[in-house]
Amino acid sequence: MLIIVGLILTSVIVASFFLVAFIWATKSGQFEDTYGPSVRILFDDEKKPDQSPEKN
Amino acid sequence: METLLGTEEATAKPVGQGECYHCGDPCSPGEISIEEKNFCCDGCKLVYQILDENGLCNYYDLEQTPGIKLKSAPTDDQFSYLESADIQKQLLDFQSETFEKLTLYIPAIHCSSCIWLLENLYRLQPGVKQSRVNFVKKQLTIGYDPSEITLRQLVEQLASLGYEPHISLNNGEKEKSYNPNRSLFIKIGVAGFAFGNVMLLSFPEYLGFEGPMDAEVRTFMSYLNIVFALPVIFYCSTDYFLSAWSGLRKGFINIDIPISIGILTLFLRSVYEIISATGPGYLDSLAGLLFFLLIGKWFQQKTYEGLSFERDYKSYFPLGITRVTNGSTEAISLRQIEVGNTLLIRNREIIPSDSVLLSPHAKVDYSFVTGESEPVQKKKGAYLYAGGRLVGERIEVLVDKEVAQGYLTQLWNQDTFSKSDEGKWQSLVDQIARYFTGIILAIASITAVYWSMTDPTVMFTAFTAVLIVACPCALALATPFTLGTAMSAFGSRRFFLKNATIIEKLAGITHIVFDKTGTITETGQSGIRQVGSLDTNGLELVYALVSQSTHPLSRKLFNHFAVQKGLILRSVYDLEELEGKGLQGSVEGVFGKVGSAKFVDWEDTKTDINSSRVYFSVEGQTGYFEIANEFREGLDDLIGTLQGQYGLSLISGDHDAEEERLKSKFPIGTTMKFEQSPQDKLAYVQSLQREGHKVLMVGDGLNDAGALKQSEVGIALTESVSSFSPACDGILEASRFSRLSAFIDFAKSSKSIIIASFVISFLYNLVGLSLAVTGLLEPVYAAILMPVSSISVVAFATLSIQLLTKMKQL
Repeated sequence: MLIIVGLILTSVIVASFFLVAFIWATKSGQFEDTYGPSVRILFDDEKKPDQSPEKN
Repeated sequence: METLLGTEEATAKPVGQGECYHCGDPCSPGEISIEEKNFCCDGCKLVYQILDENGLCNYYDLEQTPGIKLKSAPTDDQFSYLESADIQKQLLDFQSETFEKLTLYIPAIHCSSCIWLLENLYRLQPGVKQSRVNFVKKQLTIGYDPSEITLRQLVEQLASLGYEPHISLNNGEKEKSYNPNRSLFIKIGVAGFAFGNVMLLSFPEYLGFEGPMDAEVRTFMSYLNIVFALPVIFYCSTDYFLSAWSGLRKGFINIDIPISIGILTLFLRSVYEIISATGPGYLDSLAGLLFFLLIGKWFQQKTYEGLSFERDYKSYFPLGITRVTNGSTEAISLRQIEVGNTLLIRNREIIPSDSVLLSPHAKVDYSFVTGESEPVQKKKGAYLYAGGRLVGERIEVLVDKEVAQGYLTQLWNQDTFSKSDEGKWQSLVDQIARYFTGIILAIASITAVYWSMTDPTVMFTAFTAVLIVACPCALALATPFTLGTAMSAFGSRRFFLKNATIIEKLAGITHIVFDKTGTITETGQSGIRQVGSLDTNGLELVYALVSQSTHPLSRKLFNHFAVQKGLILRSVYDLEELEGKGLQGSVEGVFGKVGSAKFVDWEDTKTDINSSRVYFSVEGQTGYFEIANEFREGLDDLIGTLQGQYGLSLISGDHDAEEERLKSKFPIGTTMKFEQSPQDKLAYVQSLQREGHKVLMVGDGLNDAGALKQSEVGIALTESVSSFSPACDGILEASRFSRLSAFIDFAKSSKSIIIASFVISFLYNLVGLSLAVTGLLEPVYAAILMPVSSISVVAFATLSIQLLTKMKQL
């Protein structure tokens, strides 16, 4: 039966890891702006070529 | 959020020929254009050119017509105060030789193009080292190298692109912006974590395993459960304990008291059972209860972060001001102003303190202080009260009183602004809680007495079971979920509330007070009638002349011409503005005058009180434009539905010239008050409240800030929700004004839904109580009953509100 105790402790440690990750994410402000990142990921740099001022 | 743009529909639609490529306003094709791209004005074209030269045209690809029309060209020294070291120190988050960082509030941020442009600012301004947008809060955090670009240049650059930051003492006096949601999120996370684990560890108990499980393993699991429950009790529940305690100390019973009793009983009894090895306890119910309660709290706390509802007089004042000492000027911050200083006030700046006019003439717009919509002419030596906005030439003034002692600040020093809402108003839940707690304690005591006489061994179990099962979690969840859903429904219809409890207050109002100027009359789109003929050259001349003036009538005329097809804004020569008379100048060789009747030699026959006239005289063509004070669309319908149901009042800062016309609009018996100062308005609301009325005040938020704050519900009407933020409970977009009665109706229905949810949760309580009283409440029943009752009440509240929005066609 000791194995169950070991398994439980292991699972609790793993779960605690996620809890800590969640707390860290909240404290670092990742839930502050829920819209920005969703569009930011779609910005691509393909349009860079027109950095050259001769374009006009 | 409702601001999420960029639907497929929007991106698929090409920019129409009649639409400005930059801002989307109507424009006439071909007039102001570059490469088949049409613009409504030179401002928009200029912004496009700047972006095009720097390869930032991606801005226009992300969203159609994302630009912001420049309302007015920034004056040369509008931001000169940003050079003051004192102000910089207040604004900057970080300051060093090579790097400075600050956060700016930019109300104009509205779409993904905005985010893109602002985060690519470094391409436009190499001095910018980093920039990051918080879309929800409409904030730009920007870091730059002060040796390459000064703060003033940076802000001017932003303003020139249409992203003018709102800089006020409110963010000048920095209170660290701490988001209360953060700790709530963590609490929800911890409670959810504990909930899941405790449930898992209680599984053997649910299924009643007896066989192979060692007693030792069970004990281990139970003790582990206590470990999980500790943060739930000592961290997640603290808000409820504190609220219950403060309620007790103030002598009133709120809903948090029975909740706290329930939580504590659950915990203590479970710990007792586990330690005495008499049972597994109810720790799973405890963690689950907190988890659901906190989610409900989060739902209720959902706010419109991009909008600010709490502002004081300081946010209306400029952050910096120009002081003149021995002929030289310097930018100083507001708090450095001393009595006896000479200040330089520029066009459109607000006079920060009560002072004496030193310049020969000044035109001051006191709409903020008095509500009077037309600017007032002042002569040298006149006393200028703080809060007036200068219109026209720059002036010098001598400070007579410090900012904090001025006339304007007196209004904000009133009690209304210092006392908080707490304790003044009891929500429906708290009203019920008063009886609820007493009844529960009575039932628990009776149960205890009964069992002590019949079977003392069951007494403790039954007594605690009553307290546990009666814990009004479903009751506590019904309100936040109903109101939270209703608040979202309002928000998506452009009616934004400070918090969800406003809906409950809105449902209880008995009297509605309207402000006149800007509320029931529209300031922008007044009807304009032309009397006397004028050819195209003449019209263009008038157009050009009024574009040069800041007089409100000129602005109205300018807006009127600006949307007319075929009129070109030409440049004016020999322009002369005669204070109090009018403008004259020539365009394309044609000379003309615009202004008062006397100025253009017109026999004044004006007696009409419902409108103002602007006279013109262009090469023998004379006539006038009549500008009516228009009422808002849908006013008649709104008044029609409101009358009879509520008492109505109208208060105005203006003179009573329009009284007759207004009387025809409002039902007989409407109180009308004119020439009301902000203090008068506040006093009127107070007098209504003394008569026992629950007052809804609808104003434009400037000169009626006191009344908005004093009334039970203060709603500010605004043309543009994002750019204006008065002290109020709700912000209603002006175009939705006619829907006001529907909103109130909806609030009332929401209240009925809350009551219905209460009934449902009482039924659950009844079932639970009957089990508890008889001493039969097993942990399994509690574990099932609690989540089921909570979830079903939440589902009922949310779904019925959504159904209601459809039915009422809000």
